[in-house]
Amino acid sequence: MLWRLALLFVMAALPLRAEEEVVLGLSSDRVAITATFEGSDILIFGAVKREIAIPDTPLDVVITISGPSLPVTVRRKSREFGIWVNTAMVDLDAAPSFYAVATTGPLNEVLSDTEDLRHRVSIPRAIRSVGAATMAADSERFIEALIRIKREDDAYQMREGAVAIDQQTLFRTAISMPANLTEGTYQTRIFLTRGGRVVARYETEIDVRKVGLERFLFTMSREQPFLYGLMSLTIAIFAGWSASAAFQVLRRG
Amino acid sequence: MQIYLPIAEVSVNAFLLLGLGGLVGVLSGMFGVGGGFLMTPLLFFIGIPPAVAVATEANQIVASSFSGVLAHLRRKTVDLRMGTVLLIGGLVGAALGVVVFNYLKSLGQVDLLVKLCYVLFLGVVGGMMFVESLRAIRNTRRGVLSRRRKHGWVHGLPFKIRFRTSGLYISVIPPLVVGVCVGILAAIMGVGGGFIMVPAMIYLLGMPTKVVVGTSLFQIIFVTAFTTMLHATTNYTVDVALAVLLLVGGVIGAQFGTTLGTRMKAEQLRILLAIMVLAVCGKLAFDLLVQPSELYSLGTTGGH
Repeated sequence: MLWRLALLFVMAALPLRAEEEVVLGLSSDRVAITATFEGSDILIFGAVKREIAIPDTPLDVVITISGPSLPVTVRRKSREFGIWVNTAMVDLDAAPSFYAVATTGPLNEVLSDTEDLRHRVSIPRAIRSVGAATMAADSERFIEALIRIKREDDAYQMREGAVAIDQQTLFRTAISMPANLTEGTYQTRIFLTRGGRVVARYETEIDVRKVGLERFLFTMSREQPFLYGLMSLTIAIFAGWSASAAFQVLRRG
Repeated sequence: MQIYLPIAEVSVNAFLLLGLGGLVGVLSGMFGVGGGFLMTPLLFFIGIPPAVAVATEANQIVASSFSGVLAHLRRKTVDLRMGTVLLIGGLVGAALGVVVFNYLKSLGQVDLLVKLCYVLFLGVVGGMMFVESLRAIRNTRRGVLSRRRKHGWVHGLPFKIRFRTSGLYISVIPPLVVGVCVGILAAIMGVGGGFIMVPAMIYLLGMPTKVVVGTSLFQIIFVTAFTTMLHATTNYTVDVALAVLLLVGGVIGAQFGTTLGTRMKAEQLRILLAIMVLAVCGKLAFDLLVQPSELYSLGTTGGH
């Protein structure tokens, strides 16, 4: 309950801007990827600061976390002369490597379609695919496939009803990030909505970085590739030699 | 125990990788193949990106081949002279193969062509070896001495060299040509070429099966070491953490494999290799012919 007290303190210190505002806390704003990284649970909690009486329409909260976006190629196989080969492909301009949406209720009820389009909240809207339609007539099906594959890996998560809200003021949710995380800045957005309309928006970042040995090896592979290659080979040769030597000792002993 | 791989950016089970490395290492020590053609699909399956899998495996093969070669050197079953000749041919072939590969890539659909070549090649090589070694096993059971080596036109060629370990006195041209051909195929198909080199040495050059394994491993070390450096410096796709996990299993497996291999009869060794080659061929053909459960696949933009 300490953080609630802390929040109250922060709330009092903030200057007045809109009618309703988000005051946010994260269990950690940094995720360190170590060699034994097994994923991370991020606790997102916050409070609504308001200078007016609580309006009649109920308050809803939508939270999104998105990993770094990269271009992706989606290929489709079809049967040609009896064998299955890649025959069609679509290049998507940018798809987030990780994307999670958590809401207080069904997304189509808490957020109108217009607002979804404006803020790019739902998973299909988070993927940018400007030129996709020119590459295949049924480009939507490629985007659907991308989402399907990513959802199976928990890289895309749609968690409707996962945000708990108390007294229209305090809200919290936990988002579990899988072990297969890409390094980068993870954009975190919080939307307060009433009747499907966004009344307040707050953004923050979660920094996901490799640390320790992971950091060292990654940096070395990029900055001194020749040395890195030689190091890999040396390890290989040494391991091969030591196994051989160990077996010789075992056989004699 | 899960380990996060720094270059592949995926988290994998360490014990699974140790086991996988060990299994492929045994095959490597036994048959003189690098095992890349088996390891690549296995690594894809556990979610390692293809580019990282191919590059890292080259590094792992250096380790298991080196371990295997040392074991074979103690048994004096490595023909260093033959290995060097094949290696020279192989490097020339690999350079030619890259040119051919780029030409095919400019024509498009190179992936399919590679896969079809692979199936065809594995099928033919595996089938021929299987039939031949089956016949050899039957003959030894009946007590008939088989004479595989024939004196043909090959022995009329100039530049004869004595390959003492293999017990051959032949022209240097056939091993060079074999090396070049395997190098071309290896570069096009993206594999070390051990499983093509081994049958070629047995049937085309007439080398004794026991010597073939060590000699093949000897030349694989150099080819894969070169590949590792190439991938490390141009694509940055060698994952040393993944390589270490694989090679710990690999070097130990290679020692066991060598021991197993020397205890077996040459025909038995050949028939097992034939079965393995046919199994990989069958798996590839199956993938091409049967409808996949997921028709769509993801890739990074710019890959072929």
